Amino acid sequence: MSQYKVVHCNINGQDVEKIVDVRASLTDMLRNEYHLTSVKKGCEVGECGACTVLIDGEAYNSCIYLAVWAEGKHIRTLEGLTGPNGELSDIQQAFIDETAIQCGFCTPGFILSASELLDSGKFYTDDELRKLLSGHLCRCTGYENILRAVKKTMYRRLGKEIDS
Amino acid sequence: MYDMKALYEAENVQDAIRLRLEHPEAQIIAGGSDVLVQMREGKRAGKELISIYRIDEMRGVTLDEDENVRIGSLTSFSHITRDPIIQKYVNVLGEAVDQVGSPQIRNIGTIGGNTCNGVTSADSASTLHALEAIVELTGKNGVRRIPIRDFYIKAGQVDIRAEEGEIQTAILIPKESYENCFGKYIKYGMRNAMEIASLGCSVNVRLSPDKKYIRRCRIAYGVAGPVPMRVPSAEAVANGSRPTQAMIDEFALAVLLDIRPRDSWRASKAFRQHIAVEMARRALTEAILRAGGVIE
Repeated sequence: MSQYKVVHCNINGQDVEKIVDVRASLTDMLRNEYHLTSVKKGCEVGECGACTVLIDGEAYNSCIYLAVWAEGKHIRTLEGLTGPNGELSDIQQAFIDETAIQCGFCTPGFILSASELLDSGKFYTDDELRKLLSGHLCRCTGYENILRAVKKTMYRRLGKEIDS
Repeated sequence: MYDMKALYEAENVQDAIRLRLEHPEAQIIAGGSDVLVQMREGKRAGKELISIYRIDEMRGVTLDEDENVRIGSLTSFSHITRDPIIQKYVNVLGEAVDQVGSPQIRNIGTIGGNTCNGVTSADSASTLHALEAIVELTGKNGVRRIPIRDFYIKAGQVDIRAEEGEIQTAILIPKESYENCFGKYIKYGMRNAMEIASLGCSVNVRLSPDKKYIRRCRIAYGVAGPVPMRVPSAEAVANGSRPTQAMIDEFALAVLLDIRPRDSWRASKAFRQHIAVEMARRALTEAILRAGGVIE
């Protein structure tokens, strides 16, 4: 028995709606219905963070979030961070500048978690940043460059100098 | 795609009760960070689900008319940690649930799900036992409130009466449990994130107004037995005592009289007993210091 439901939501600033299979995860919906392939299918059990998206400004693993729960929500994926002509946002550029990327599979998720903490406008210590980024696995970089990219962007946005 | 037979979405609490009575075989799903993972693993595959996740009336932290802290069962861990009422009155609970999984899991995971799954390692559970929390269940016959120690029946089983359409709607922290109380939760795990506790220990104390005596001490563990448990032998040592180092050492050793940890792949019984004593010592010391006491 197949069961379907119309899901209305706002994705990257646009109001949209689709008929969705109730068995779909939000990852399934974003990739298959909206072709937002920055949302990666990794572990699919909420451990690796590759499928992370922002829902009403908070980071969620979209693989363990039912698509029907997106009704009425504001969803942001990596595609929503770039400018109208594909310009990179400051945090994306920082990942490149700091070589915080190798294979790139974890990158969209990391950047969305980073966006949540950067958008808070708060200052975080290194330990706090590590904790806030701890829901992502990266097997290429060893994390240090990722931490540095997020930290430098945070300092830049807050108009502070890094004293290291 | 999840391998589910059907999904029923409840709009409000009464709707959830109705769905529960109509579909007695269905599994309740709140945030889904346990249920969906188990479904993916095949353990709950092919089941019907009743989603209560979108019932917003079950979210948020308030003070009720008796000044008990009332936490809606669907309140996420991150919202509990950030909540001003929690920070003011039961900060130890906010700290405990800030150690669950990862930031993303703390955004989806709910305190209701963390208790209803009946798991001994739940990071909220030992603190809720130490705070003598009250579990509020709502069913076709109205509201039923029971102490959290009675809510846990055995590993993986809690006192929710499906035949009465019950769902857990709130957790209450009585004023008597938090007023002038200060607590500390310690989680022991092999890594800092995405980790299930090998052992969890939560202590809270209330000192006398002159800070010379411990008026009330509560200690509870997760993973020290099949369900979270209080440790009356240790509490008896601390209650009415002066906060001396000798008392704290005696308190810590007394936990061994009550706890019943087991060997598992995560840790051996002997190791759990060893760290249980040290965790009790550190948690009580910190709780006393937070209460403004001095260790004599």
